[in-house]
Amino acid sequence: MSVEILRKSSEVVAKIDGDIDHHTAAEIRKVIDENISLLKPKLLKLDFSGVQFMDSSGIGLIMGRFKLVKIAGGNLKVVNIPKRLERMIKMSGLTKLGIF
Amino acid sequence: MAEVMNEMNVNFFSRSCNESFARTVIAAFVSQLDPTIDELADIKTAISEAVTNCIVHGYKSGIGKIYVTAKIYENGRISIKVKDRGCGIDNIEQAMEPLFTTGGSERSGLGFAVMQSFMDKIKVTSKVGKGTTVSLDKYIIRRTVKNEKNQ
Repeated sequence: MSVEILRKSSEVVAKIDGDIDHHTAAEIRKVIDENISLLKPKLLKLDFSGVQFMDSSGIGLIMGRFKLVKIAGGNLKVVNIPKRLERMIKMSGLTKLGIF
Repeated sequence: MAEVMNEMNVNFFSRSCNESFARTVIAAFVSQLDPTIDELADIKTAISEAVTNCIVHGYKSGIGKIYVTAKIYENGRISIKVKDRGCGIDNIEQAMEPLFTTGGSERSGLGFAVMQSFMDKIKVTSKVGKGTTVSLDKYIIRRTVKNEKNQ
């Protein structure tokens, strides 16, 4: 698992590679939250193109970042979701948040 | 009653790094049924949820052992049991409600809902102070016919 942070003016992209489970979510969260705090982005994009596996910990990760970015006055978008993860995303009801 | 064709048992500490270990072990065992990528992903997701529940909830106050048993039946059924000897669940019905969680704001409360959706059958038995067992069943559609009894 790895997280690559890319900054483009007021936008921050966090590209996640590997598996997202309860174990890896803790490290991913730490890296992203440090950068939210430091860079205060207007838009945080979570790039899921490199996510190989995700259980419901990934849903918790998205929900947590959504709340954090909103508190900081920014917005969240989740992009490049692999087809195999769509079922989990739909189940979660997160599509109602308009972040995809 | 369908005959058991193969069985495996594994136990490990309730350390979160073992979530991927459990998924890998189950995926390797189930692979002998020649599942589709989607079927394999469903089983890996369900076992990940079950093992995570043991770590986050069952053994929330320390490290304990998680016991995973999997059986393959001749009719293509895979039956997986994930057991802990942790704190147990007081109200199973409530625990299985989607979005209900006692795990904090970073937990989605979808673990049991995912297990229900991704597997064909789920059964949860629990006793407070004794532990919890989650039984998960899924039928794998057989795409190859082999004389597997002798293999």
